[in-house]
Amino acid sequence: MSVFEGFRFRHVTSPIHNRDPRIKFLFVLAIFVIAIFFMELLPLLVLFFVPLPFVWVAGVRREWLRSLRGAVFLASFIFVFNFVFGYLYRSYPSTTILLEYSLAMTLRFLVLVESFSIFFLTTSPDHLSLALEQSHVPYEFTFAFTTAVRFVPVLAEEAQTIMDAQKARGLELERGNFLKRVRNYIPILIPLIVSAIRRSLELAEAMESRAWGASSKRTNLYVLRIKAGDLALLVLAIGLLALGIYVRYFVQIPQLSTFLPQLPF
Amino acid sequence: MSVIETQSLTYAYPGTRKQSLRDVTLTIERGEFAILTGPSGCGKTTLCRCFNGLIPHFYAGELKGNLKVADLSVNEHTIGEMAKRVGLVFQNPENQLFALSVEKDVAFGLENLGMPREQMQERVDWALEMTGIEDLRERAPHELSGGQQQRVAIASVLAMQPEIIVFDEPTSFLDPLGAQKIFEVISHLNKKLGITVILVEHRLDLAARYAGHVIIMDEGKIVLDGEPRDIFNSEQAWLLGVGIPKAVRLWRLLEENGVVLKGIPINSDEAVQYLKEVLWRR
Amino acid sequence: MATIEAKDIHFTYPTGVEALEGVSLTVKDGEFVAIMGQNGAGKTTLVKNFNGLLRPNKGEVLVDGISTRDVSVAKLARTVGFVFQNPDHQLFSETVEEEIAFALRNFGFDEATIEKRVRWALNLLDLTEYRKTSPFMLSGGERKRVALASVLAWDPKVVILDEPTIGQDHRQKENLRQFIVQLNEQGKTVVIVTHDVEFVAECNPRVVLMREGKIVADGVAKRILTDTTLALEASIVPPQIAQIFGGLTFLGLPSDVIDVSEAKRVLVEHLRGSRR
Repeated sequence: MSVFEGFRFRHVTSPIHNRDPRIKFLFVLAIFVIAIFFMELLPLLVLFFVPLPFVWVAGVRREWLRSLRGAVFLASFIFVFNFVFGYLYRSYPSTTILLEYSLAMTLRFLVLVESFSIFFLTTSPDHLSLALEQSHVPYEFTFAFTTAVRFVPVLAEEAQTIMDAQKARGLELERGNFLKRVRNYIPILIPLIVSAIRRSLELAEAMESRAWGASSKRTNLYVLRIKAGDLALLVLAIGLLALGIYVRYFVQIPQLSTFLPQLPF
Repeated sequence: MSVIETQSLTYAYPGTRKQSLRDVTLTIERGEFAILTGPSGCGKTTLCRCFNGLIPHFYAGELKGNLKVADLSVNEHTIGEMAKRVGLVFQNPENQLFALSVEKDVAFGLENLGMPREQMQERVDWALEMTGIEDLRERAPHELSGGQQQRVAIASVLAMQPEIIVFDEPTSFLDPLGAQKIFEVISHLNKKLGITVILVEHRLDLAARYAGHVIIMDEGKIVLDGEPRDIFNSEQAWLLGVGIPKAVRLWRLLEENGVVLKGIPINSDEAVQYLKEVLWRR
Repeated sequence: MATIEAKDIHFTYPTGVEALEGVSLTVKDGEFVAIMGQNGAGKTTLVKNFNGLLRPNKGEVLVDGISTRDVSVAKLARTVGFVFQNPDHQLFSETVEEEIAFALRNFGFDEATIEKRVRWALNLLDLTEYRKTSPFMLSGGERKRVALASVLAWDPKVVILDEPTIGQDHRQKENLRQFIVQLNEQGKTVVIVTHDVEFVAECNPRVVLMREGKIVADGVAKRILTDTTLALEASIVPPQIAQIFGGLTFLGLPSDVIDVSEAKRVLVEHLRGSRR
């Protein structure tokens, strides 16, 4: 699914990739919070453009666009939902204002998608797990996360092999009505689940054999250190947040619709 | 000096009536390279699990008899404590690697033990060098071939610097060339570092040349225990259908036809040597 | 009449890996072929093109004269049975008999025929006592037999086995070897993908040796597995008997010996001969 493609990490380096994931996360969180402040189109539009230079510098344009493309379906749903219900219940003074409002809500959703997308695109899973570990998340959770990510390609391959094996026994996955098609996936799911269970047993054995749980004070080969670039990003995040708060409470935000002709309906 | 000693070891997995280990008594000397083999289901994997404490601590059930590994009694020490003395490398390379990079995987055991960072980095570098995979340091496990993955698994166990490493059919999923490379690494660890090796294998053609001690099991019991040549020559080994090296089979067939070689060859080089002597004499 | 014909096929995986680069191969009716080579040489990719699981990007594969592009996998499966490496990738039923009946039901056999075929397959693979057992309760070797039975049940003309010897002990391999040879003698076309040279050495089939997506040799096992240059090129380890005889060629002994019985015979004869 293309929306997931946009979140997958690739082996690239850039100043953005090298930033401490915790700081990056705080930055994304700041954008998220600011987005919540506003229901007006103009500031959200500005906010939408804020992460773009980061996308450019990180060199992840294609994947980032793909994630947005994947979000289009939900975005259009949000737009239509807001517009239709607002129109039906006549809760807005004019249609143009309603249009602007619906666009704003859609944009808010897209701002969220784009910022989280950049986060995941520029943070490798091991970087992420390291950040989790150092943020004092219990190691069991971090380990579960890392192991899950590590085995996703393995399970995907296995699913394909199982499908091949069953197709070679005459199983036709594309034929039949809805119910039959669902039933046809049983010969795929059962081997997959059984295999996953066997795999976890083997993993558990290997973990135990490498002293899992031997020490309550687990150490780490790598350590995340805050560097100048991270501090700069943090300052930027705080600055943006402050600006957002200032604009929210002290600045009169113009409605775009006042500059546009009123719609007839 | 013995590093593993068992006496009348008996075990049944919980919920099963059939005993997987029946009265197993054996001794492994320090620095040995021992091969453990036997038909499927004979108990070799179960025995391996006893050596590092998975039985009885992970698998439950009662482990009867005595088992001392590196001076520790298995029943009285946790798997974590045993892990510092004895390592276990499993059959499936994929399911032993958890981390997203080779380096992090090799450090996994050390992190669990709470080792300080600088010391860990040294150990990791050393383990990667010993197994010849320094160039794979930053790679993700899924990108590696089966043979490379197994070497990472070996390095991760080696990093903890155990006295003994048990290998449970480590080459099952590898092609013969990959298997040979793994045996070479194992032999290197045994000769260079003095690590006691217990290798469970079916592919005796490739592995026999490294071993000084061969143990054959069947139905939970030890049926043969001794020097490779004696074992491969014994009637029982032939009857059990164990994978006796072709060189030995040839020696046997020749002997039955009146052609006597100087000794029992367990690999092709020895066979060539002995055959040359016989053929040249004519 | 040729059963399977691959005509200059090329195949690249979506990840970009070029697995087959111009492979041409004909497997005739009733042949016994071993596709060999290092892991990653393209062996499994090649045989997956034989039953339509993969279709070549360039070139075509004909099964009984019909291009695999024109037929569905399910239809091709009737002719070309494929036994996968890991039986656990197939097993899902509640009983062994249901597992064996699965493909037969997919192919639309009537209940009476299914019953007959299931009984036949159970008997063939020595599984009759496990008829009502859950396949998950069986040992590794038994599960392999169930997987094999479930493919042989519909009596395909061609049987492809992908790495059938992995994880098997010596006796199991012996039994499997005898079984495969018997299958072939009864008229089935058998294609095995394997890197187990010792296994192949004992049955001396036709060997197709692959390396990096190409076929580098195609001929009798005796000839191919004793060629040291080829072995180096394709990164395979020759059978132990071949290695032994490789070191004795200067004595005038033949170099194409790969199995133990023939080795004994040759040596004994040579010694008797030179005694004169």
